[in-house]
Amino acid sequence: MNTNKNQPVVGLFITCLADLYRPEVGFATIKLLEQSGCRVEVPSQQTCCGQPAFNTGDYSTSADIARQTIAAFDGFEYVVAPSGSCIGMLHHYPELFEDNDPWKARAEDLKKRAFEITSFLVDVLKIDDFKVDATAPTFNGSVTYHDSCSGLRELGIKAQPRQLLAQVDGVELKEMEESETCCGFGGTFCVKYPDISNRMVGNKTQNIVDAGAKTLLGGDLGCLLNMAGKLQREGHAVEVRHVVEILAGMTDQPALGEAQSSVKAG
Amino acid sequence: MQITSPDFKQNARIALQDVGLQKALGNVKTGFPHKRATAMARLPEFDQLRDEARDLKNHIIENLDIYLEAFESKVLENGGHVHWCRTSEDARKTILKICQEKNARTVTKGKSMVTEEINLNEYLEANGVTPVETDLGEYILQLRGEHPSHIIAPAIHLNLEDVSETFHANHHKPKSMDPAVLMQEAREELRNKFVAADVGITGANFLVAETGSSIIVTNEGNGDLTQILPKTHIVVTSIEKVVPTLEDMTLFLRLLARSATGQEFTVYNTLSTGPRREGDQDGPEEYHVVLVDNGRSEMIASELREMLRCIRCAACMNHCPVYGAVGGHSYGWVYPGPMGSVLTPQMIGIEKGALLPNASTFCGKCESVCPVRIPLPKLMRYWRRNEFEKHLTPKAARWGIGVWGFFAKRPALYRQLSSFSNLALRTLAGKKARINKLPLASGWTDGRDMPAPSDKTFMQLWSEKQKNGASS
Ligand code: SF4
Repeated sequence: MNTNKNQPVVGLFITCLADLYRPEVGFATIKLLEQSGCRVEVPSQQTCCGQPAFNTGDYSTSADIARQTIAAFDGFEYVVAPSGSCIGMLHHYPELFEDNDPWKARAEDLKKRAFEITSFLVDVLKIDDFKVDATAPTFNGSVTYHDSCSGLRELGIKAQPRQLLAQVDGVELKEMEESETCCGFGGTFCVKYPDISNRMVGNKTQNIVDAGAKTLLGGDLGCLLNMAGKLQREGHAVEVRHVVEILAGMTDQPALGEAQSSVKAG
Repeated sequence: MQITSPDFKQNARIALQDVGLQKALGNVKTGFPHKRATAMARLPEFDQLRDEARDLKNHIIENLDIYLEAFESKVLENGGHVHWCRTSEDARKTILKICQEKNARTVTKGKSMVTEEINLNEYLEANGVTPVETDLGEYILQLRGEHPSHIIAPAIHLNLEDVSETFHANHHKPKSMDPAVLMQEAREELRNKFVAADVGITGANFLVAETGSSIIVTNEGNGDLTQILPKTHIVVTSIEKVVPTLEDMTLFLRLLARSATGQEFTVYNTLSTGPRREGDQDGPEEYHVVLVDNGRSEMIASELREMLRCIRCAACMNHCPVYGAVGGHSYGWVYPGPMGSVLTPQMIGIEKGALLPNASTFCGKCESVCPVRIPLPKLMRYWRRNEFEKHLTPKAARWGIGVWGFFAKRPALYRQLSSFSNLALRTLAGKKARINKLPLASGWTDGRDMPAPSDKTFMQLWSEKQKNGASS
């Protein structure tokens, strides 16, 4: 599969939410990876990471999906996704198989190769002179960053996106209070316990608005959709984007939930 | 106590609208986490101590029988008594029997969650023995006929106004909003009770196998009077509280105080080692330890084993955004918050307790602060699995996962469906690019908009791009 020996081959795990809601995030991730010298492929046999089943306690469906994902990404040196939550789920795959099941070893192997995008750029590729494509539209304004739970606590993602953002000209980071507190999305939680979820996201948007930044950034679409939906319902002007959109200089698209989005591939 | 865990959602809805409760909960969110963080920052080896505590607890649980027997023989040697109780009922009966043998009319009580777990107060009362709570928070709750909403700060759901009202109604003194005055009132009321009590009941934070001691830690000193003044002292506690040595105990005490209240050490750390000996100036004539199992030995052999490491510090609930939103009473039984969501289904049955382990976003904050590193989200997920495999998961959720799983396991079909559904939702959203009312997802759209999906999925766009042979 690898043509150039030094060129890492990355399988993009698009994640179901980026696939459905925000293709821009997929294209921005590809752009960042290619800029950093990777060759990117998108295996067609992928769907969702299986987290909804896993967190509902349906281990049999979770294991079926895990096997499908493991097979889809066989042979890739790395698997990268624009989501800490979905990569976190891939890291749970070994728990789905008994010790003597050959899939267990394959799951362990996938776990070693699976990375969230900002962590991949910083921790694996060790990009320290990261620069936004000079031809891309520059981003000018203040941002605030929400640390999504799985990325933060399961994968240790906190400094990486900030480190990358610090290298983008024109970005001013205004930290919000309690950036590490859950936004209340929680996958199926937000529909199973809507009242509690709604209160949690309300607390969150309060902190976001108080931070006084123009744009809210994060690394997980589930949380971003939740916070964008609440900000818009409350009538706040803060726009919401996935961090890769800024890093890849792809901010010519409307923000999440803002007007019609039409993707121009490439 | 009445179990309302099956009504968790309704309890939560009411709690979210309760202005007084929300005000009180605001104090939990800002108070405890900040104090813990400050205390942690002053102890650089905090995380290392957590590892040590986790490993030591694992060792204890593996050798629980040995340490418990060692503890028992020390207690006997010191002239005390040990009672092994498999169930709550056994424990209740044992305690009542001791009280009756002493002709006890009133018993004073230190703060103890295990006595809540076994529903001791109601039982004693029904049998002619009056329990008097001496912890300030518990005392307030007893006057109000309520149960604790938090494991270390039982009355945290109340505001000063509530306490003032309650005291005014019960103490027949002028109404005051001064905490010092209220405290003094409670002291005066309790002083007589301490002296009149025939039996004192306390819990134990730890039991020490090498000496046969029990220890309670409090900030009020009420526990000391409860266990020293009456002629009989009964320690009611659960089997996982035993630690090998005094030295080991101090490791846990250091973690407990910092994790719970952010104190370096709790104000009163009181050890009891058997009844009064000759020459002792004070102490009870009889010393009993009631060891409650109530499902714990079953947990040793199950996937919930790690839960037995819990030292009841409450850090998990203090940091939990769900607890912070709905408070402890919403959980509907004795133990609230993340630790309760793991313990409650074990003790009241998953049939009644299933909504609790589901009421988590798995944000992982609880695990990240737990001093003995209990993987609480993993243990809550264990219950969800248990629920699913017993076919107890609500039909709608089960059906939803089934349909979704069917497509998620068939990539080609999944692609077709997702392109189609995107188009449909997009049409529904119109030019606004967001949806404010969605029939099957009203839980979402009642409180927030739903950003509309993209016209075309990434996979559609990607394959179009591949076909066009465009280089990216
Ligand atoms: S589970 Fe951990 S954090 Fe929660 S009360 Fe027990 S020891 Fe404390």
